[in-house]
Amino acid sequence: MNPDASTIAAGAPIEVDLSPIAVGQDIKVFWRGKPIYISHRTKKQIDEARAVNVASLPDPQSDEARVKSGHEQWLVVIGICTHLGCIPIAHEGSYDGFFCPCHGSQYDSSGRIRQGPAPANLPVPPYQFVSDTKIQIG
Amino acid sequence: MSGPSDYQPSNPALQWIERRLPIFGLIHSSFVAYPTPRNLNYWWTFGAILSFMLGLQILTGVILAMHYTPNADLAFKSVELIVRDVNYGWLLRNMHAVGASMFFVAVYVHMFRGLYYGSFKEPREVLWILGVIIYLLMMATGFMGYVLPWGQMSFWGATVITNLFSAIPYVGESIVTLLWGGYSVGNPTLNRFFSLHYLLPFVIAGVVVLHVWALHVAGQNNPDGVEPKSEKDTVPFTPHATIKDMFGVACFMLLYAWFIFYMPNYLGDADNYIPANPGVTPPHIVPEWYYLPFYAILRSIPNKLAGVIAMFGAIIILCFLPWLDSARTRSSKYRPLAKQFFWIFVVVCILLGYLGAQPPEGIYVVAGRVLTVCYFAYFLIVLPLLARIEKPRPVPNSISDAVLVKTGSRSTPMVSTAIVLALAGSLFASSIDSAKASEGSDTPPANKWSFSGPFGKFDRGALQRGLKVYKEVCASCHGLSYIAFRNLAEPGGPGYSVAQAAAFASEYKVKEGPNDAGDMFERAGRPADYFPSPFPNEQAARAANGGAAPPDLSLITKARSYKRGFPWFIFDFFTQYQEQGPDYVAAVLQGFEDKVPEGVTIPEGSYYNKYFPGHAIKMPKPLSDGQVTYDDGSPTTVAQYSKDVTTFLMWTAEPHMEARKRLGFQVFVFLIIFAGLMYFTKKKVWAASH
Repeated sequence: MNPDASTIAAGAPIEVDLSPIAVGQDIKVFWRGKPIYISHRTKKQIDEARAVNVASLPDPQSDEARVKSGHEQWLVVIGICTHLGCIPIAHEGSYDGFFCPCHGSQYDSSGRIRQGPAPANLPVPPYQFVSDTKIQIG
Repeated sequence: MSGPSDYQPSNPALQWIERRLPIFGLIHSSFVAYPTPRNLNYWWTFGAILSFMLGLQILTGVILAMHYTPNADLAFKSVELIVRDVNYGWLLRNMHAVGASMFFVAVYVHMFRGLYYGSFKEPREVLWILGVIIYLLMMATGFMGYVLPWGQMSFWGATVITNLFSAIPYVGESIVTLLWGGYSVGNPTLNRFFSLHYLLPFVIAGVVVLHVWALHVAGQNNPDGVEPKSEKDTVPFTPHATIKDMFGVACFMLLYAWFIFYMPNYLGDADNYIPANPGVTPPHIVPEWYYLPFYAILRSIPNKLAGVIAMFGAIIILCFLPWLDSARTRSSKYRPLAKQFFWIFVVVCILLGYLGAQPPEGIYVVAGRVLTVCYFAYFLIVLPLLARIEKPRPVPNSISDAVLVKTGSRSTPMVSTAIVLALAGSLFASSIDSAKASEGSDTPPANKWSFSGPFGKFDRGALQRGLKVYKEVCASCHGLSYIAFRNLAEPGGPGYSVAQAAAFASEYKVKEGPNDAGDMFERAGRPADYFPSPFPNEQAARAANGGAAPPDLSLITKARSYKRGFPWFIFDFFTQYQEQGPDYVAAVLQGFEDKVPEGVTIPEGSYYNKYFPGHAIKMPKPLSDGQVTYDDGSPTTVAQYSKDVTTFLMWTAEPHMEARKRLGFQVFVFLIIFAGLMYFTKKKVWAASH
């Protein structure tokens, strides 16, 4: 009952052009049926994400470990709440990040869980920069 | 099923079969001669009611499956087409959807009855555990069935429930992938759920056979909890139990028919009339009502894995009940303390159900935690403790003694009554609090609709005027894709003739093709064509309207609602109030105000609407006085337009509503007469036994 060949083939890597996304904006693309948020973070958002004491987080992870170095303004996360799989809303909640409307989990501008029932940070999908304005997800 | 039978049919053909397969002897010994305790009360008819419901669910389900398409792109539409175009499809669908709820109503009564009268105690442990297995299978079947219409709640319910398994350490993620057949809930998930939803009822039927077999080996329990000792204690199953069960089934069907014909959507969720959209989560995900107590337990525990374990534990604990409650007296009738705690437990379960439907915040979280502790304490502390400290009243020597004595003193259980009142009071108080908190968003005013109530009919004039408003105003942005021009001439609709509907259709241009040359071409509309949508696809609609796609209006009056809250949802059951959707639609059409109240900021490109959730709506004020001309002299005001177009949209959401209510009345007349006849036959049959 595992995914069949066509489902696996449809899950091949995709390329996303980042050039149309202005600072402070984000887009949602679908990869393997999952929504992936690509956020062009503002300076303020990056500073907030880095100012946090990592050890105090429910799922400790530094912002540096969640973005590619040299491309700190880009946050790429799978937009599926780690609690029970709802889609969090971007630019909501008290941490300048994501807010899940289902059971009230709040994520910060690095996609890390800060408050609510979710046990883990929003996962970062496998991706790399093909060029400065283009990423390949998968 | 209780040992070999000496039954011999008199007909030689049946004798021939009986010698080779003793099936008539089996039926005779199990359902005719089978001795049933003579003191059984009406709570014991729920076994028969459940068998009846299982049969009905399988029958309606098999027919529905003949018309249903299990594909993520087509499933939602195929369900709508069943309701609109299949002969009596609306009846089949309502029977099946409401039937699931009624099945659970009956199973909960059946389980609480077993709990109260100690039907799980020695020698009926296996019988009880088989029952718990049936209940688990029912929950799985019900959940997968709810996914099949592929609405928003189907999709997100499936997402949340399948994600429960991701809490299992190490293997959780791979189990979830296995359930999905992909990387998220999608078409493969729908296909396998359809397959399993078709399979599991037959597995249930198989376990039911084992359940009945175990029942007929151990014999039925009874309200006094003493085993039958002599012939005097029992009566033959037929006619005594059969006629009583038939009366029970007839009464249960009255309740069932109330939902089928008069409030089919009362137990459902409005969001499930919106097609599944993997990119948008509904603001508030709730499972069907019969899972709510367990959902409340899940949410009251802040740790994900512990929450999932507690939820499943709440059901699995039932399997151990025979050993947790080791009291020797079976029936709570003779256990003064157990009786009190039983009713407290019932209230705890109902309150957990109420909390499961509330948003997980504030007082609800605290209450949920307290009640979760109560739930488990009943099984793990109260029952084992009572078995040791409680002094039961003496039980009668035999069933016939109990029937003759018939205790006259019915003492009111003071303690539990007080607790029930206190809990109901606190529930009421908390709901008033939350009502105060939500006063900011206005509740749509209730209107008087021609189609409300048990005899409601559509106002033909309003339907025709509403169609005109739709065509001249709404149609420029909103589609009506489930309505064909032929529907305009169907009974229960706007009342046009077939020729008028054909003429109406021919005013539209419909794209068809490809022709022999391979080109698409345009032709005049025919009655079989559907209303054309103003935009070729959702993305185009979104792009043309500032990012917000205008929703299709075919189902809008069923897909929109507002929270009624406690205690209104209880009154609504009796008053058959079903018009939240139309009230909301009419209110939004009239809720535009130029002056934005203080404290509300409306983003650019949006408009202030008093009744729209969040108040910022992308649709500009669509109607203004005198915009559409009416030929019949009705006032050309926004209020009248809104009312007419809402009536029209109620018809598009449910074109067979008049047929539903008409048939409902006939069914009720029949059922009341049938139940009455059954009651008097039962009295006659039992006259000698009481």
